[in-house]
Amino acid sequence: MIAEAGLAALWLAAALALLQLILVGIGLAGQRSELLGAVRPVAVAQGLLVVTAFISLITLFIRSDMSVLLVATNSHSMKPWLYKFAGTWGNHEGSMLLWVAVMGAAGAAVALFERALRRDTHMATLGGQAAISLGFYAFLLFASNPFTRVDPPAADGQGLNPLLQDPGLAFHPPTLYLGYVGLSVAFSFAVGALLTRQVDAAFAGAMRPWVLAAWIFLTLGITAGSYWAYYELGWGGWWFWDPVENASLMPWLAATALLHSVTVLATRDALRAWTVMLAVIAFSMSMVGTFLVRSGILTSVHAFAVDPERGTFILVLLGLYIGGAFALFGWRVGAVREGAPFELVSRETMLVVNNLLLSVILGLVLIGTLYPLMTEAFGHKVSVGAPYFDRIAGPIALILMIVMAVGPLTRWRRDRLVDVSPRLAIPAVIALVVAATLATIAWGRIGVLPFFGLTIALAVGAASVAPLWKRNLRRTPLFTWGMVIAHLGCAVSLAGMACDSAFTVEKLAAVRPGDIVEAADWKLRLIQIAPVAGDNWTALQADMEVSRGGGSPVSLHPQSRFFASPPTTTTEAALLTRWNGQLYVVLGQEGNDGRWQLRVWWKPFVTLIWFGGALIALGGLLALLGRERRGWLLKWRARALAA
Amino acid sequence: MKKLLIWLPLGLFAGFFALFASGLLKPDDRVITSKLVGKALPSFTLPTAASDRPPLASQELATGKPRLLNIFASWCVPCAAEAPQLMALKDAGVEIDAIAIRDARVDVDRFLQRYGNPYSRIGLDARSSVQIAIGSSGVPETFVIDGQGRIAYQHIGDIRADDVPIILQRLNDVR
Repeated sequence: MIAEAGLAALWLAAALALLQLILVGIGLAGQRSELLGAVRPVAVAQGLLVVTAFISLITLFIRSDMSVLLVATNSHSMKPWLYKFAGTWGNHEGSMLLWVAVMGAAGAAVALFERALRRDTHMATLGGQAAISLGFYAFLLFASNPFTRVDPPAADGQGLNPLLQDPGLAFHPPTLYLGYVGLSVAFSFAVGALLTRQVDAAFAGAMRPWVLAAWIFLTLGITAGSYWAYYELGWGGWWFWDPVENASLMPWLAATALLHSVTVLATRDALRAWTVMLAVIAFSMSMVGTFLVRSGILTSVHAFAVDPERGTFILVLLGLYIGGAFALFGWRVGAVREGAPFELVSRETMLVVNNLLLSVILGLVLIGTLYPLMTEAFGHKVSVGAPYFDRIAGPIALILMIVMAVGPLTRWRRDRLVDVSPRLAIPAVIALVVAATLATIAWGRIGVLPFFGLTIALAVGAASVAPLWKRNLRRTPLFTWGMVIAHLGCAVSLAGMACDSAFTVEKLAAVRPGDIVEAADWKLRLIQIAPVAGDNWTALQADMEVSRGGGSPVSLHPQSRFFASPPTTTTEAALLTRWNGQLYVVLGQEGNDGRWQLRVWWKPFVTLIWFGGALIALGGLLALLGRERRGWLLKWRARALAA
Repeated sequence: MKKLLIWLPLGLFAGFFALFASGLLKPDDRVITSKLVGKALPSFTLPTAASDRPPLASQELATGKPRLLNIFASWCVPCAAEAPQLMALKDAGVEIDAIAIRDARVDVDRFLQRYGNPYSRIGLDARSSVQIAIGSSGVPETFVIDGQGRIAYQHIGDIRADDVPIILQRLNDVR
C-alpha cells in the first residue's frame, strides 16, 4: 500500500506542478489575473505531496519491503537501520526523488516566505520553478519509477554499495542536493525577472537569501564529501578532481560568484545582466553535473546508475531549461537597463575581478572535466588528471585569495589608492615575514605552490579580520561578521592544503606483529592482526599502539573490511587527530612472507582544510541571519502590534 | 559587438549540448571483460573448498578436454539461481570446475547439498587473489576453457536458461 500511496502522491504532485505552470501562464498573460491568487496554495500543496512521496520511499526502505524493486536491488535486510535509511537516496531513482522533493519543498518555501519580491516577478518565479519540476516529475514517472513492485518479492536484497555505508555518506547527498536544488530557486528568480523585466536592487535583495542558503548547503556538502573521500577511500588525499567531485565544485564556484555579484546588485544596483547570467549558469552547472554523473559519458569512481537512456532524458531537460534560459536572456536582457556606474578603484571593481577569476577557474575545471569527451569525439582517448587542475587552477586560486583579502578593505563606488594602501600594510608585512621565515627554513624542500599558498594563507588570514579593526565589535553587523569568518575560513582551508602538500610524511612498510614503524616522530607498533565482525561485514583488523616522544601510547585499529552483499572490500583507515595534524594508517595486503603492508601518513594541519570549510559555511549562515533578522524582527513586531 | 556577447552563452551551451549528445550516441561497452580472453590462465594452486571434492590447480584445466570454470560463492544469491543451469550443463556431459570465493568449507558443503553439485573440482580462493588474477570482477562468472588451458569465453553474471545453448556452442567451438 505504501508504495502505491507514494506513487499516487507523486502523480498528484506532478499534476499540481502542471496546474501551477498553467495558472501562472494564463494569469500573467493578462485578463485573468485573479487566477494568480491560487498559485501559492498550489505550490505549497505540491511541495507537501512530493515530500509525502519521498517519506513513503524512506518507509519502504526502513521496513525492507522486498516486494519493491528498488529496495530489493539496493538494500538488504541485514543492514543497520541508518544505511537502510540512507539507502533511500544511495541509488538513481531514490536520489532523483530526493531531488524533486527538495525542489518541491523549496518551491513551497518560496511561495510561503518570499515577501520582498514584486508580485508578478514572484508569480513568474513560481512558474519557472513549476516548469523545472515538471521535467523531473516526467523523468521519474516515465523513466525511473522508484515504486515499481516485483512479483514474487525478492528473498533478500542485494545491498548498498559498501563504500556508501558510512554515516558521512548518509547525510552528504541530501546536503549537496539542498545546495544544487536551492540554486534552481535562483534560476527561477532570474527567469522570472527576465520575463517581467525587473532586474534591480530590490530583486537582488529578494534573491540573495535564497542564493546564500543554497551556497551554505553546497559548501557543507563539498566539505563533508571531501572528508569522506579522505577517510573512506584510504588513499590519503582529500581532493581527486574526479568528474563527480568537479560536478559539485562547479556549481559552488558559480554560486560563489553569484553571491558576490548579487551583493553588488543589491547594494549598488550594478552588474544587472551579469548577475542574471550567473544565476542561470549556477543552476546549469548543477544540472550538467547531474547529467555527467547519471549518463555515464565520463568514467568516474563515483558514477552510479549509469544508463545512456536516462542520460538522454536529462540531456533533453538540460536543452530545454538551460537553452531556454539563455535564449530568454539573449532576447530580454536588452530591456534590462544598465545599472549604476562605478570607478576603477572601488569595491565593485574588486568584486568584478573576483567574479572574473571565479569564472575563469570554473571554465578551466569545466574544460578539464569535459576534455576526455572532446578528444573522444575526435577519436582519441585521454584522461585529465590532478596535475592539470592543480597547476592551472592553483595559481589563479591564489590570486583570487589576494583579491579576497583586498576587496573588503576598499570602499563602495570610489576609493583612492593612497587610502587603500595603509589598510593593506599589516597583511603585507605579515606576508613578507612569513615568506622570509619559510624561505629560510624550507626553501627547496617544499614546492612553489605550497610556499606561496602558505604565505598567502597567513597574510589573507590577517587581512580578512582587518574589517573588524578599530570597530565596536558588538555594534558590528552580523553580516560583516559573516563575511569576515567566511573569508577567514578560506585562509584556514588554504593553510591546511598548503601544509598537507608541503609537510606530509609518508611511509610504506611491511611488518610482522611486534615490528615497529617510525614515521615523522611517531612510533607505531603492530601488536596483532585479528578478524572482527560487524553488522553486515567481516574484517581483518590490525591492533596497533602508537606513541610520540615520551607520550603514553594510543591504540589504533585500521581494518580491511569485507562486505558479503554485494561482495566488496573496503579500507577503513585509522585516524588519530592531534592539534597539529593527523596520523593516517591504512592496512594493506598480506604478503607471501607473512608480512603485512602498512601505509602511514603524518599530515600536519590537514584538518584545517575541513575546519576552514565549516568556517566558510558558518560565515554564510551568519550573513544570512544578519540580513534576514531585520525583516523577521519587523514582521514579528507588526504581528505583535496587531495582536 | 554587444549583441554578439549577449548570444554568446547560448552559442557556447549549444556547443556543449552537441558534445554531450555525441558522447551519449556512442556509449562504451561498460561490461568489464577479462583481458585474458584468448590467453592462457595464470597458474595457481588452490586448496579444496568442499569435503568431497578434490582441490583445483591451473594445470588440471589443461588436460585436452574443454571445460567450464565457474566462479561462485555460497553467500551469493544469483549463484543459487544459476545452479539448475549448471546441473543441466553437467548432465549434457560438460566438465565443470569451480572456484569458491571467500568461503568456508561448511558453507560450501551446505550450499552444494541444497542446490546440487555439478563440479569435479573446487578450489577455495579465500582472498579473491585468483579471481582477480583471471580477470573476474564478481560472482557468479563462468569461463569456457579450451583443452590447452586458455580462456575462450567469459560469461559475466548468472547463467540463465537461454545462456545454456550459447555456452554449449562455445564449448563446441573449441573442441
